[in-house]
Amino acid sequence: MTKRWAVPAAFAVAAVLLFAVAPLALSPFRLDQLGRYLCFAIVAVGIGLAWGRGGMLTLGQGVFFGIGAYLMAMHLKLADAGADGTPDFMALISSDGVPWWWEPFRSEVVTLLAILLLPAAVAAVLGLATFRRKVRGAYFAILSQALAAAFAILLIGNPTGTGGSTGLSGFRGFFGFALSDPANRLVLFCTTAGVLLVMLALVRQLMVSRYGELLVACRDAEERVRFLGYDPANVKTVAFVIAAFMAGIAGALFVPIVGIVSPNDVGIVPSIGMLIGVAIGGRTTLFGPALGAIAVAWAGSTLSEQFPSGWTYAQGLLFMLVIAFLPGGLASLAWRRTRASAPAPSAQPVPAPSGGN
Amino acid sequence: MQQDYLEISGLTVSFDGFVAVDGVDLSVLPGDLRFLIGPNGAGKTTLIDAVSGLVPATGSVRYGGHELTGRKVHRIARLGVGRTFQTATVFEELTVLQNLDIAAGHRRGPLTLARRRKGVPAEVEQALETVGLTELVDAPAGVLAHGQKQWLEIGMLLVQDARLLMLDEPVAGMSAEEKDETGRLLQRIGADRTVVVVEHDMDFMRSFASSVTVLHAGKVLAEGSVREVQADPRVQEVYLGPGHHSQAEVETVLGEVS
Repeated sequence: MTKRWAVPAAFAVAAVLLFAVAPLALSPFRLDQLGRYLCFAIVAVGIGLAWGRGGMLTLGQGVFFGIGAYLMAMHLKLADAGADGTPDFMALISSDGVPWWWEPFRSEVVTLLAILLLPAAVAAVLGLATFRRKVRGAYFAILSQALAAAFAILLIGNPTGTGGSTGLSGFRGFFGFALSDPANRLVLFCTTAGVLLVMLALVRQLMVSRYGELLVACRDAEERVRFLGYDPANVKTVAFVIAAFMAGIAGALFVPIVGIVSPNDVGIVPSIGMLIGVAIGGRTTLFGPALGAIAVAWAGSTLSEQFPSGWTYAQGLLFMLVIAFLPGGLASLAWRRTRASAPAPSAQPVPAPSGGN
Repeated sequence: MQQDYLEISGLTVSFDGFVAVDGVDLSVLPGDLRFLIGPNGAGKTTLIDAVSGLVPATGSVRYGGHELTGRKVHRIARLGVGRTFQTATVFEELTVLQNLDIAAGHRRGPLTLARRRKGVPAEVEQALETVGLTELVDAPAGVLAHGQKQWLEIGMLLVQDARLLMLDEPVAGMSAEEKDETGRLLQRIGADRTVVVVEHDMDFMRSFASSVTVLHAGKVLAEGSVREVQADPRVQEVYLGPGHHSQAEVETVLGEVS
């Protein structure tokens, strides 16, 4: 009985914390910070599915995060510039006007559709191309990481199109609402929190579904799945696409909350950063990745306020310690304790961890 | 149904010039329980690897009216060809039920996949009963005993609705009772299916084979009933060395001649 209500209860607690406690207890500045952490948590939920359940070590989620973020940033810059106007940074460095590939994103609908579809479409093409060729394990990880590097270099090399290494910033409005108004920022925070909960619910459904079982089977014995008549490339691509979809949405929410997006937010280092929280929280669990990502992002801000350069080392050390000594993440500690305190198992062995706790 | 037989002709598999399977011709009819025997390196496993699409081969493998060579592994599986491996390969972190349910599911659409399983599908229930794992339905496959894992794999072939079953040393490492149990299981499920068993265990072969093909150095050396291949001087030579062999010697290596 307790087990059946554990997950809905966790969702309820999370909703109360995010929608009631956080807005009341935190200053607008801290609330913005938490909003930023929630964006990383959304990415982490997707990584948890692709890596924890699907075994794909995605070291390049910054690409999909970046696509979503830059799409949103382009739209906000165009909207700030007014109808047919040229964004301020472009007018400064070039007189060519707005590039043709910016034009569609004057439209709110096109921008939102692109944020939802483009990262997923890119991931579908990449996923099928790599998984069909049986690229996996470390090779897949390196490939995805190289992609993040290439994407960042592409952005830096194109200052008129994407703002180069300084990126895009200085947004004033968000779909007609002034970003300077604290009430609007509160709505933005609640939207992000809502998206996080919806994504968690989506992954929860996938984890308990037949697809979730199939994904775990592909992770543990991909070749065996083939002999059962499935193409594992398709199974894995679905998880990869969902992870990219989530990262894209997170990127789009990140832009109005933080107010800037630059290659520093999408390259190799941030891509790995998105992964560390997932590893620490427990990549195979439902809530572990999101909680881990929030914790790591919070620790990162807090520690780098005091020791600006120390955090990177602490982060790397933490990652190594978890991978070496606690491969299941912190969630496995809680899981072990519940197992130890549970009544002694009878002849029936304890089922394998197949969900969040 | 009449189409459901396996016909291999001129099948050749070579690895970097080494010919592991050399122009093998083989036909197996439904209801037959065919054993593939032969000394180590005879090409038995490579043969079923080639049929299941794991290694590229030349020649022809036809099953159920389809040419199998050149097709991908999962496409061959969808034509009703299933196999097991020398070391049982089950999804250790999933339960017996989940293992069987996955095996039953390659025809499922996205909507069914996205939903939670409700109850135990009929074909899974039936397979559980056939292989005798009903009581372990919720146990993780990783904790099963060695023999139970092999039975689970056979159960997966059943729910997969494989019509051609190729089993690679299914009784290796099993106790005598487990072997008997497995043999009877194979006879039960083989009645209306085509079953090919690669095996080293001569006693097991003698007890349960309805026909035997002997492979040696990638070629078919002999084919026939158990008694026929045991009596074949070329088979005796491969297993015992050249020269004449006494009845006692033959029985020691190839099993008691009944």
